[in-house]
This record gives sequence, structure tokens and C-alpha cells, in this order.
Amino acid sequence: MAKRPVKKRASKSAKVPTPSATATLNDDIGEEKRLEMWRLQLEVRHMEQRLHDLFFQNLIKGTSHLAIGQEAIASGCAAVMRPDDYTFCTYRGHAHTKVRGVSMEKIIGEMMGKGNGLLGGKGGSMHLTDVDKGAMGSYAIIGAHLPIAAGAAWKAQYLKTGQVAFCFFGDGTTNIGAFHEALNFAVIWELPVVFVCENNLYMEYTPISEVTAVEHPAADRAGAYGLDSIIVDGNDADAVYRVARAAAEKARNGGGPSLIEAKTYRHSGHSRADPATYRPDGELEEWLKKDPIPAYRQRLKEFGISKKVIDDIEDAVLAELDAATEAAKNGAPPSEDSLMTEVWADGGSSWRN
Amino acid sequence: MAELTYREAVAAGIAQEMERDETVVFLGEDIAKAGGVFKATVGLYDKFGPDRVRDTPISEQAILGAAMGAAMTGLRPIAEIMFSDFLAVCWDIVSNQIAKSRYMTDGQVSMPLVIRTANGGGARFGAQHSQSVENWSMMIPGLKVVAPSSPADVKGLLAAAIRDPDPVMFFEQKSLYATKGEVPDGEHVEEMGKARVVRDGDDVTIVALAAMVPRAVEAADRLQAEEGISASVVDLRSLVPLDTTTIFNEVGKTGRLVTVEENPRLCGWGAEVSSIVAEERFWDLDMPILRITTPHIPLPSSEELEDIALPSVARIFETVRNEVD
Repeated sequence: MAKRPVKKRASKSAKVPTPSATATLNDDIGEEKRLEMWRLQLEVRHMEQRLHDLFFQNLIKGTSHLAIGQEAIASGCAAVMRPDDYTFCTYRGHAHTKVRGVSMEKIIGEMMGKGNGLLGGKGGSMHLTDVDKGAMGSYAIIGAHLPIAAGAAWKAQYLKTGQVAFCFFGDGTTNIGAFHEALNFAVIWELPVVFVCENNLYMEYTPISEVTAVEHPAADRAGAYGLDSIIVDGNDADAVYRVARAAAEKARNGGGPSLIEAKTYRHSGHSRADPATYRPDGELEEWLKKDPIPAYRQRLKEFGISKKVIDDIEDAVLAELDAATEAAKNGAPPSEDSLMTEVWADGGSSWRN
Repeated sequence: MAELTYREAVAAGIAQEMERDETVVFLGEDIAKAGGVFKATVGLYDKFGPDRVRDTPISEQAILGAAMGAAMTGLRPIAEIMFSDFLAVCWDIVSNQIAKSRYMTDGQVSMPLVIRTANGGGARFGAQHSQSVENWSMMIPGLKVVAPSSPADVKGLLAAAIRDPDPVMFFEQKSLYATKGEVPDGEHVEEMGKARVVRDGDDVTIVALAAMVPRAVEAADRLQAEEGISASVVDLRSLVPLDTTTIFNEVGKTGRLVTVEENPRLCGWGAEVSSIVAEERFWDLDMPILRITTPHIPLPSSEELEDIALPSVARIFETVRNEVD
């Protein structure tokens, strides 16, 4: 993927579909929610680009899996959630963690392996978690977190808390056993969990269509578990918000789980190591025309929101990101003592007397 | 004191904890209405109802994933994996998720859950329903590992495991389910991580676990009666935490260590115990350490073959007799 300048606004020069001319802000979503989703999408876009840049400055080691291009899904769902709802996501989880209100400084610090990181440098890119914010973990083994999310939903059901567990995963997950076990389990136990498949067309380096028996890897399997087939434009935060809201309401009202398939595209490769040369010529360019960020900027304009309000939000996000980046860079490495802590609930790691 | 079977003690331990703590819930295949394929959970469904005692599909990843998700959000689940061999189909949840999440999140999540499972041979079930896999769990940082040998310990250690804030792998030895023993009346909780000297002796220390404990005791009785050899027997009870203090005390007294393991030989728990004693108490030893194990083979189903594969009373007796003057 092309190197991106660090501070440039990502939302210029939109050539995107616009909402109907008669649309008004007084619809079922409203101005406040839309500006929230605008801010969330920008936080993800700019933070992911910053993380990309920090990698290429060799300030972040290991690997990363960016969600540039997929921001509307995380943002549209987060805008639906109650503060005490649960998010479970994958190693492509920076977005889902950030949109729960998790500190940028702590996320970037964790990516840089610093002691001021979200996990004290013990988890890294693929395991971002902030329990206080409802971000219940990023899971790096495909499929594992679907039944775990069902378990959190079981707790909500058992204690009648009204919480909903949102569980995000990629198209590749639909071909592993845990996906099918979790769906069946959640349905028969009527658990308040919303499963969201982010179909970005590729399972790692291979087109999902080449390795899947059906056209829509999640939606076409829904019927096997008695669930509705739900497909949504994953590049449209409003559309995502509406289906997520319906699914969350159903779950909160005892209606059990839902499975949503959101069509999207990642602008970069699978991971830091992947230049994505397997993509056919022109495919990325076609999807860049459907980039959710300029599309949403355009929509806000169509709704009559002033350029200043739109820009101020982006400027505030960039300012916060700059400050967070500096604070993360200035963080100390983890203390050596921390190596042997937090295996057990007593804080230690002793296995013998 | 009341006499219970090992299987009745399972239900008694779960019931004791469910009565005192509403957050204790129980899930697994056939555990509710059917009372468990080993009848170890009979009566719990009737007593605590379908919200707390729930049957699941044959979906081991879903069972343990659900237990984990519930544990990290405030419940204290007990999950049954019918045969410990089936841990192989959900080992990701055990080894990658349950064991590591606390460390990876720098202590943000706790995992107060128990995975109960029927472990071990002697039932002629063949290689996929007879394994002793406690050593699989022992080698994963983040798991506690318990294997009781008596009904009293089943109840007391299961209660302790349920109350423990960390994930506990609880291995019930299926050939012991029908055995009987006295169980204290009223609330009974043991301390996890403490071995027990079940037979005093001066000449040799035999360290055993689960079904190997009664066999070691019987062999020790024969050694005393027929050879005049006085053997102490240590019931390890827990592999993690490991009570090395009790082992060291006994080895210091007898100068000889024999481990009796049901798991196959390579990387069995006895190798770790032997290594610790060799490194830290070498000068207490008057004899090379001996390990008595199942050979490094899959378990056969035939009665005749399985009986010579698993460490028997006769094999323990003869091995110790031949090595101890």
C-alpha cells in the first residue's frame, strides 16, 4: 500500500454516492449519532495510518493487521452499544478497541511495547483489551472468541443485566468449526450476542470465494441455524448502525443472537508482511471510490452540517493522535519485574512451594 | 462422616458450592437431565434447575468458550468435558485462551472456572477414551491441575477449585468412580496445592497421583508384609501448584524416590518431580530415582494388554523390591 502522509486529512475529494436529497438530520439516527460515528471513523483511520507509519519507522515490532477501509463497521456498531456492552474482536482489532473509547496513548504504547501500553507490553497488537471499557479482548486464533462472546452473553442472560455481546470476525472465520459451534450454541440458548462478519473478500492472502462453498460466507450459513440472512454495506456507517441497532434490540429483548455480514474491503494487505500483490489490477481503486471516510464526509455535508463542524472534529482527532503518539514514544519500557507477574489472580507466577 | 462413592462426591462438591454461591453454574454434555454419562452429576438438575445446570450440544469448543466468557464477566462456571481425551478438540480454548488471557492482558481478566473431566484408563475403552492427560495441562503456564484419589478429596478439592480465582483442570479418574470412602459431614473444603502423606514409611518414598495412589498403598503394604520394606506414599493431589516441600520432607527421611504415573512416559509429571529432586535434593538420595509409568504407547483396549500397560500393584511392588535392598 502507498505510504500515507501522517497529518493529511483523509476525507478530502469524495466521489461517492450521496443520500437522497430529501434526507434530513431528523431521521432515526440524527445529528449527534452521526457526528459520533464521524469521529469514531476518523479516530480509527488516522490511528491506523499512524500505526502504519510507526511500523515503517521501526518503532513498532512484531506484526499488525490494519482495518483501513473497514472503519464504518466498528464505528456503526459502537454507536449502538451501551457502555456496559461487550466487544470481542480479532487480531484485526485496533478499530474495535478504539471505538469503545480506549485511550489512543495506551493503544499506541502497547503497539510500541512500552510499559505505559494498554497491556503493559505483554499482549501487543493482536491482544488489545480494556475491560473497563467493555473491550473484552482481541483474539488471535481464528474462531476462538465466538464461543467466548457467547459465554459473556450467557452471563448477561443469567444475571438479567440487559447487556449484549458484540463479536466481530473476518470472512475466513466462517470456515472454522468454532464459528458453527458458537452459532448453534447461541441460538439454542437464545443468547444476547450479535455476531458481525466483516467480509473484506480475502481470508489472509486467498479470495474467500475460492475456499467457501457459498457466495456469502456468513449470511448464506445463517439459515442453517434458523437465523435471518443479513447483508449490509459495511462501508456505510449509517447502514451498519441500523442493522446493529435492530440486532442489539432483539438480543436485549430476549430474542437471541443475530448474524450480520458486512461487505467491506481492507485497503492494505492482510498484515504488515503482506503487500497484497494477489489483488487483481483495479480492484483497490474501485474500492477506494467507496472509501467510507470521504463518503461519510459527503453525507454530513448533504445533511447540511457545516464544513467547520466536520473539519473541527477531524482536527481534534489529529491533535489527540499527535499528543498520544508523543506520550507513547516517551513511555518507558516495561519493568523487568513485570515479566513474572499476572499469571495468577494473586498477581504472581509461582507454580510450586 | 458419611460413606460416599467417588462419583457421588462429585455431585456433593458441586451442590455444596452451588448452594453457597449463586454465580456457580454448570454446563456440559448430558450432565443435566441425564445426570452425566458416569452418573457423577445425578440430582443437580433437579435441585438447581435449568438456568444453572445446562445440557449442551456436542461442541467442546463452545462449552469451554462459553465457560471462559462467563468466567471473565463474573460467573464461576464448571464445565464438563466428558472424557479427557476430548480436550484435544478444544485445546485452543484451554491452552491459548483460558490459560493465557490473564497474562496477556496484564491482569485485566480473571478466569475463575473449573474444567472437570473423566481421565485415565482401566475401563477397556481403548486409546481415545482412556488417556491420562494431566501432563498436557501441567506444561501450560496459567493452568492449575488437580487429580483427587479419594471421595473426600473429590469433594474438598472440587470445592476449592470452584472457589479458586484461577482456571483449574480437575481430573477425575474414571476407574475410581465406584470406589467408596468416608467424606466429612457439613461443608468440606481442602487446600489446593498440598500433597498428603497417606502412608508413613522410612525406607523409600513413593509419589503417586489419582488411581495410582491406592495401587501404591497396596504395593507398600505388600512390601512391608513380604519384604520388610517400609515405604511412605505421597498422594500428590495437585500438579500445579506442586507441593515440593512435602516431597522433599519425605525424600529427606527415606533417601529414595519412586514416582508412579499413569500418563505415558515421555514428559510425564514424574519427570518434572524427578528433575526437581535431582537438582535440589541430590545429596539426600541413596539410590537413583525410579519412574514407574505406562509405556510410551497408545493404550490398548484388551483387558490383558491394558492391565500390563498401566502401572499395577505387582509392578510397583516388584520394581521397588528389586531396587531397594
